[in-house]
Amino acid sequence: MDIALLKKLYTTALTIRRFEEAAIEQYRVGKIYGYLHPYLGEEAIATGVVAAIRPDDYIVSTHRGHGHAIAKGHDVRLMMAELMGKANGYCKGRGGSMHVADLKQNNLGANGIVGGGMGFAAGAGLAIKQKGGDQVVISFISDGAVNNGIFLETVNLSAIFHLPVVFIIENNGYAAATPVGTMNLQNDLSKYSEGFGIPGFSMDGNDAAAIFDAMQEPVKRARSKQGPTLIEMKTFRHRGHHVNDPGAYMPQDVLENWKRRDPLLVLKEHLKTAGATDAEVQKIETEVEELINEAVQFALSSLDPDPKEFLAEISNL
Amino acid sequence: MAIIKYRDALNAALREEMELDPSVLCLGEGIGDKGGSYKVTDKLINQFGPERVIDTPLSEAGFVGMAGGAAIAGLRPVVEMLFVDFTFLTMDQVANQIAKYQFMTGGQGKVPFVLRTQGGVGNGLAGQHSQSLEAMFCHIPGLKVVMPATPYDAKGLLKSSIRDDDPVIFIENKKLYLTEGEVPDEEYLVPLGKADIKRTGTDITIVAWSFMALECLKAADKLAEQGIDAEVIDIRTLVPLDEQCILDSVDKTGKLLIVHEAPIRGGYGGEILSTVIEKAFYSLESPAKRVAGKNTTIPFNITLEKLCIPSVDDIVSGALEVING
Repeated sequence: MDIALLKKLYTTALTIRRFEEAAIEQYRVGKIYGYLHPYLGEEAIATGVVAAIRPDDYIVSTHRGHGHAIAKGHDVRLMMAELMGKANGYCKGRGGSMHVADLKQNNLGANGIVGGGMGFAAGAGLAIKQKGGDQVVISFISDGAVNNGIFLETVNLSAIFHLPVVFIIENNGYAAATPVGTMNLQNDLSKYSEGFGIPGFSMDGNDAAAIFDAMQEPVKRARSKQGPTLIEMKTFRHRGHHVNDPGAYMPQDVLENWKRRDPLLVLKEHLKTAGATDAEVQKIETEVEELINEAVQFALSSLDPDPKEFLAEISNL
Repeated sequence: MAIIKYRDALNAALREEMELDPSVLCLGEGIGDKGGSYKVTDKLINQFGPERVIDTPLSEAGFVGMAGGAAIAGLRPVVEMLFVDFTFLTMDQVANQIAKYQFMTGGQGKVPFVLRTQGGVGNGLAGQHSQSLEAMFCHIPGLKVVMPATPYDAKGLLKSSIRDDDPVIFIENKKLYLTEGEVPDEEYLVPLGKADIKRTGTDITIVAWSFMALECLKAADKLAEQGIDAEVIDIRTLVPLDEQCILDSVDKTGKLLIVHEAPIRGGYGGEILSTVIEKAFYSLESPAKRVAGKNTTIPFNITLEKLCIPSVDDIVSGALEVING
């Protein structure tokens, strides 16, 4: 793979990693509250998938949506501000972690309902088709969503109407604390694709470069109006479901195995193979560090929404 | 001016808006070649093709969510949900996703989505096909709720609902589809949020909507025989409610009766009555009253089903109670 692309992938994945770590820190000191679902360990999926699409393509995300948003190019300062509920956050502090969205970048948003954004993903696909465009929609979903009725309905709708949607099942092994294997007899969740009459496949979710490559065909298929693909990417969280979940149910040895294939380590190896120097890698790490520090400072010093203004807006509705 | 059926007035509204704006499209079960089970989308597919009159599988949550996403991404979808009873299948998409999207994104996304559905008792369709559920939608911030009673209102309000940038729940009544009324030949709109005084009067304010508005007009005729001059307000839009129209009328008459088909408990009549008490208590000369559906599942038997909703006589009795205070 081209070294420039590898550097871009590494930068994105690292930005997600550092952003999530910083968000957790800020949560611990009470600056972020409510729900926070870190994307730690899953960075390769958002990184590789979004690198394979255009800026004018759409994404629809899950409750664990910071990674997708950052990969899409969101300003991490405005994201951090939104997580802190500030007035200048992406959603004016009204959405928070679970509803981060940026319509200008065609991120229809993270979603607090499992599978809740899938309908919107199909809808964006319908709008693209109607207007004669060639954009595609990436519908990121959790393994938990596969058990919900909305999954069946939306994938089928996308199939029969040949909508330009690529469904990415991020199988991180658990729906909250429940292992995937206890809720599905089927090991490879992409096998549902056969039921819908569409292509699908399962793959390793920790190699962003491999993911980028694997996305080429499905994106092309969607863009050329041939319809959706159902892809499962297998990965593992580094921590519990949300920031206050210690993940005691996650076996240590399994976790250690996955951490040996940490998406960042995988990308660093690719970079080394491609001839990147330690200095080049270090440069990226320093820049990301600075960017995230700036984001935190920006958010901390941002203003809270004005209660009077809000009350005036919502009274007499 | 022409006399046309309620369902044809809706058809005309859809046709006109689809002609005017290529981003308007219809989705629903059996709305294409079949023209819809109540014929509201009849022959639209001939003019606009299957790309804009889309037959969906029985995936209510899925295609409502899809319509929501399409609305965010620039289309103006009109979804037909054949029975309001089926909207229960869509409630995450309607209430958690569509109703909240503009707010939760800090105003970034608008959702110009219309859900057309119908409710009400009639023809022995039994409990799961006879409900009136508007109170449920009224209770979810982010939704507008519209319920036209006449062909004139149906056409004008549907056009306005389609042009509205907010999500609108547009609830028709199965007893209204074949009713007839005058509709102008030239284009017109009926604004959302504006009640219509369908009969002016001085002795009592009767507030109603949908099919019951027509029953109230019949009741008003019977009251007139007894020398009582009733003012009948058809609110037409439940959210946003034209409060001022109701308050002005109560100020004039001092007497209030609210009539609705939906079960009385938790019904929208309670909301209106509370509003009047809060804002015009001293205008009332006698206790205000609601005549509404019984708190029951609707039975299959057509004699029994009629007992579950207000009759014209029930409305007259209720009005007399209020008059005699």
